[in-house]
Amino acid sequence: MAEPFLSIQHVRKSFGATTVVEDFNLDVEPGEFVSFLGPSGCGKTTVLRMVAGFEEPSAGKIVVAGKDITRLKPNQRNVGMVFQAYALFPNLTVAQNIAFGLKVAGMPKADADRRVAEMLDIIKLPQMGDRYPYQLSGGQQQRIALARAIAPKPKLLLLDEPLSALDAKVRVSLREEIRSIQKKLGITTIFVTHDQEEALSISDRIAVMYGGKAEQVGTPFEIYNRPATKFVANFVGTLNVLEGTVTDAASGTVRVNSQEVALKGKLNGSKSGDTLSLALRPEAISLGRQPGRDSSLSGEIAEVHFLGSVIRVRVGIGGSTVSLDTFNSPATPPPAVGEKAEISFASSDMLVLH
Amino acid sequence: MKGGRFWAWVVFILGAAYFFIPLIATVEFSMRMRRGVYSFDAYQIVLGDPRFQATFMYSVIAAIFTIILGVLIVVPAAYWIRLRLPQLRPVVEFITLLPLVIPAIVIVFGYIRMYGSNSPLPFLASDMGTNALLVIGYAMLALPYMYRAVDTGLRTIDVRTLTEAAQILGAGWGTIIGRVILPNVLIAVLSGAFLTFAIVIGEFTMASLLNRPAFGPYLQNIGANRAYEPAALAIIAFVITWGCMSVIQVLSRFAPKSANRPN
Repeated sequence: MAEPFLSIQHVRKSFGATTVVEDFNLDVEPGEFVSFLGPSGCGKTTVLRMVAGFEEPSAGKIVVAGKDITRLKPNQRNVGMVFQAYALFPNLTVAQNIAFGLKVAGMPKADADRRVAEMLDIIKLPQMGDRYPYQLSGGQQQRIALARAIAPKPKLLLLDEPLSALDAKVRVSLREEIRSIQKKLGITTIFVTHDQEEALSISDRIAVMYGGKAEQVGTPFEIYNRPATKFVANFVGTLNVLEGTVTDAASGTVRVNSQEVALKGKLNGSKSGDTLSLALRPEAISLGRQPGRDSSLSGEIAEVHFLGSVIRVRVGIGGSTVSLDTFNSPATPPPAVGEKAEISFASSDMLVLH
Repeated sequence: MKGGRFWAWVVFILGAAYFFIPLIATVEFSMRMRRGVYSFDAYQIVLGDPRFQATFMYSVIAAIFTIILGVLIVVPAAYWIRLRLPQLRPVVEFITLLPLVIPAIVIVFGYIRMYGSNSPLPFLASDMGTNALLVIGYAMLALPYMYRAVDTGLRTIDVRTLTEAAQILGAGWGTIIGRVILPNVLIAVLSGAFLTFAIVIGEFTMASLLNRPAFGPYLQNIGANRAYEPAALAIIAFVITWGCMSVIQVLSRFAPKSANRPN
């Protein structure tokens, strides 16, 4: 395995008696796009700010390209950063904003002008150089902030919730743009977000954080389909959690609300009589018996929500409720509330949470 | 509603009369130097007086140095308090208000005792030293206005994020203050500067007790010995002060529009 480009090693950060980041470890490959995903207060921004140099770790070290940068000042790190609040300099034009870092680095004016023009082309705002930040929309301002961050060719790009101040439509288009620029430039990037859809859609890997620790680090596919902890399973995506009791550990049979479900090979280490939390994603469940779905449970339709192309159905099974999504078909009316229903799923899709 | 508006007008007219009648009376009196006709003789005499020109220039130069000193002290201090020591803000606000409650005469006597010829810092031993002490005193008198003007300007920008954005782009403290913070609070700084100018131009106590040839003592001297010229001088001083206020109003229209608050 190649040497990591960014290595965060056993980093801890305390503010007085409160520890906000605890033994955080992460290696990031060159050119990789890694997202820190977690709820507010989980420590994701604090880790990012320690990488930027705005906070000093209480313990541990941060290495970039083989160099320990833990005690370096932010202006000595050659790191680019985009802030949630844009942070464009209001007194400078767009071109002057982008040229700021180049000027500080002492780049000759002609070269700086060329680089600014190149950046404006990359962010697809070539005519905006003479405008002031207040004359731009939020999305345009954030693209300028991105151009300003990457103009000095930083070793590392840090994005601190750059999309959270924008409206939904702009967020989607801008996140795709950020990802395509990042791929084009091959710049190693850390992206902080609390929006799981954002993280899942653009990251090479995601570090799901909770309580100052990385709960799981993996690809979006691994995080979504094979959550390592209960928190990750609950935080990423919608999840149906059912309580079950192991009736026969050898054959992998579990009783859920008086109904038996076979979970072959999933009950590692469980004994008969153990209580388990079983989880299913809505898209892993079908209404009625479907081919390839080897397990089923019976219940009653509790709620039906028409969402346009998708219908979200909630089925009551004993004391629990299970959500599932079915595609809207004009030929088939949605089920009625109170109807008896059977749900089916592949036992291999069932997650056993520990 | 109609009754409310009527009384509002009554109060407004009474207030305006309280403000304008003495002013009009002073203008009228200042123009009665020539018997029987209105003239600008008093103004001509005042403006032609070499002592007027010398004292006015002295005060203008003192005001310029006061403004420079004030900016050098207040901008970095207010910036640092907003950035790193917000918990100290009430304490600093209290300290900056002290010149409003401690009479200038008390301060100047303190200066005379502290910085006399025999003290370790003998400012008063030379003219230049005394001039420097006067400027320091003026900067302190103007502190409440300068600090508030700058602090208000800093409130309109996201100081912390702009600082961090500049830092991560490689800027040091000098570049951050000079190229990012100061230009964004320049209008506020100028407001503070013109208030300082207005205070220094009319200041009497410090200049008189430190025996400096400033405009304030000249005003007092003329007032004690002439009839019409003091009225003309009062109007000239009033016009200068109001001119400064008008410049602040005009400049505030050019304040950079903040684009740092997305919500």
